[in-house]
Amino acid sequence: MSSIKVKLKEQDLNKIKEICKSFNNEEGELINVLHKTQEHFGYLPAEIQEVVAQELNMSVAKVYGVVTFYSFFTMLPKGKFPISICTGTACYVRGADNVLQEFKRQLGIEVGETSEDGKYSLSCLRCVGACGLAPVVLVGDKTYGRVSAEGVKEILAEYQDK
Amino acid sequence: MTKYKMYLLVCGGTGCRASASDSIVENLKQELETKGLQDEVQVLMTGCFGFCEKGPIVKVQPDNTFYTQVKPEDCAEIIEEHIVKGRKVNRLLYEDPENKKHIEDSKHMNFYKKQIRIALRNCGFIDPENVDEYIARDGYSALGKCLSELTPKDVVDQIKESGLRGRGGGGFPTGLKWEIAAKNEADQKYVVCNADEGDPGAFMDRSILEGDPHAVLEAMAICGYSMGATKGLIYIRAEYPLAIKRLKIALEQAREYGLLGTDILGTGFEFDIEIRYGAGAFVCGEETSLIHSMEGLRGEPTIKPPYPAEKGYLGKPTNVNNVETYANITAIINKGANWFNKIGTEKSKGTKVFALAGKINNVGLIEVPMGTTLREVIFEIGGGIKDGKKFKAVQTGGPSGGCLTEKHLDTPIDFDNLLAAGSMMGSGGMIVMDEDNCMVATAKFYLDFTVEESCGKCSPCRIGNKRLYELLDRITQGKAEMEDLQRLRNMCYVIKDTSLCGLGQTSPNPILSTLDNFWDEYVAHITDHKCPAGQCKDLMKYEVVEENCVGCTACARVCPVGAISGDKKQTHYIDPAICIKCGACEERCKFDAIIVK
Repeated sequence: MSSIKVKLKEQDLNKIKEICKSFNNEEGELINVLHKTQEHFGYLPAEIQEVVAQELNMSVAKVYGVVTFYSFFTMLPKGKFPISICTGTACYVRGADNVLQEFKRQLGIEVGETSEDGKYSLSCLRCVGACGLAPVVLVGDKTYGRVSAEGVKEILAEYQDK
Repeated sequence: MTKYKMYLLVCGGTGCRASASDSIVENLKQELETKGLQDEVQVLMTGCFGFCEKGPIVKVQPDNTFYTQVKPEDCAEIIEEHIVKGRKVNRLLYEDPENKKHIEDSKHMNFYKKQIRIALRNCGFIDPENVDEYIARDGYSALGKCLSELTPKDVVDQIKESGLRGRGGGGFPTGLKWEIAAKNEADQKYVVCNADEGDPGAFMDRSILEGDPHAVLEAMAICGYSMGATKGLIYIRAEYPLAIKRLKIALEQAREYGLLGTDILGTGFEFDIEIRYGAGAFVCGEETSLIHSMEGLRGEPTIKPPYPAEKGYLGKPTNVNNVETYANITAIINKGANWFNKIGTEKSKGTKVFALAGKINNVGLIEVPMGTTLREVIFEIGGGIKDGKKFKAVQTGGPSGGCLTEKHLDTPIDFDNLLAAGSMMGSGGMIVMDEDNCMVATAKFYLDFTVEESCGKCSPCRIGNKRLYELLDRITQGKAEMEDLQRLRNMCYVIKDTSLCGLGQTSPNPILSTLDNFWDEYVAHITDHKCPAGQCKDLMKYEVVEENCVGCTACARVCPVGAISGDKKQTHYIDPAICIKCGACEERCKFDAIIVK
């Protein structure tokens, strides 16, 4: 998994340390620590993982192992408007793949990538449980239901000038 | 609760909230206030009603009026007409698809007629963020009964006698599991609730936690009492923010009322619950993986035995049950094991919640007695196939299950029958497919999921599933040979026999069941290079029908890759080497001059 180089500021370092401390710097709390850290920074680059490893007194390899194991954790920053396409079974049988292809085409990025201007990122998720609205697309926290490939343009238009 | 004359219940499940049920609640409250009725009529946001297809739902109590597809701007009319003038808003009532009549009372809807709600008993009836409403519906009385009247052994015996089997997929007898955990002595034991609902298309656990969180907390405390544990842990997906929020509220309220904590109900019994977050790994639904994940590690499974009941979380005896299993417990204690074991079939007692989705008219969450047939579920409750298409298959059990067909429709659903038919109960996802769904592509879809979710620890699962996926991919591209089908089948058996955990042991099921039930479809892809359902893009070819083409250039203009050429008023031509098969031209053409072959 590739990662971008970041330089952590003093305050960032302190924030990570503070999060680790709130979980008593316990190794067993690693996943909770990572959740909180990602919530704050938006993603978990290698530099952040190094600090977490140091604070919890464990190897960076172990932290990296956990970060890459779980799909919720990401080492790449998300776009300003993260787009997630549900590819759960219910959405799949109602044509989620066509919707995904259309997003890829319109944005010119693949799943897991962020557009060059940092505006959009594209990801897939497995079932948000709104199967009655399948196929479902999330942009940030906003849910769009019964999306068709033709509807993709309309959704993107909403964010064009934002 | 007595001071209000009427209640407006608004569905607060994830699906309905995505369609603005928050603003519906706000608007209803505002309208009531302008009419000065806020003390007469209460607006509540409840858990899921189950009828997600027509959400957002607003239900009026006590008359059971069931308004569907309500929009925030409909609220004024509901208040003005129904509440003030006592006339139902007909256009928002559910219309019976058969006789086109409006149904006023939800009890008369086909969707609800055959359902028996045990696990979902409070979903859509109570405000999940208010413990008083749960208590008003006999909440925490089962815990009270256990602590004051029953010994821990009595509790285990009751659950054993009820015949309850684990609802997470495996169907292991719950009482037996509790008994083993109770017999293992240790200084600390743990009660774990598996709320890592990873099966795509299944959302019953989330709906229970969102609609009736206390039912799970109470059952966990009862389990703790029966096995001698003082600590509970709920392992929940981080992708379920609403369920997490409601659980946190429920935990706080239960502690405040002395229903969790030290000295519960003054009996000296101690029990408390913590929340642990999953981070998106399907394999963590497996007990041993889940436990490792809770310990902060990669969620990889380990060989059983030792079972978690002997050596689980932090090496201590641990009982892991799924959300829906827990949701049945209090009803069993309150109404008795003999009440419960009269519902269902000989070996599968009680009810099962299913998430109906896919190409079906009534997408939603249902709870039916074990032994109900697939036909009843799909055609009576589910209202049949969307757009009048033909039923092709129903997939049960998620990525571990299989596809059942027409010939299985009259099979009574229970753990053993589904297994015998080549599928499994799983957590209860039921995805209905019609004639437009290609079964090879469906099998490939599930393998894509498995490949991504395999933890990589054992090679049959890590490498084998990848090879299966590649074979299926070749078939959908028309590049496979007949011998590949035998290879596919052989490899399926090897992976099933040699994988370490449930994920790999069941991942070939979607392939095996489609090979058994849709052999001809596989053969068509290989020998005729055709996808009978018209789904596999690589086998499609868009062509212009010369007689119909008038040369309007609409298709050429809409083609994103410039694959269509032709002058005005001349027959156009699609270059198959450039065409990406997006179908835009076919949609645009008004003269039926573009066909898919």
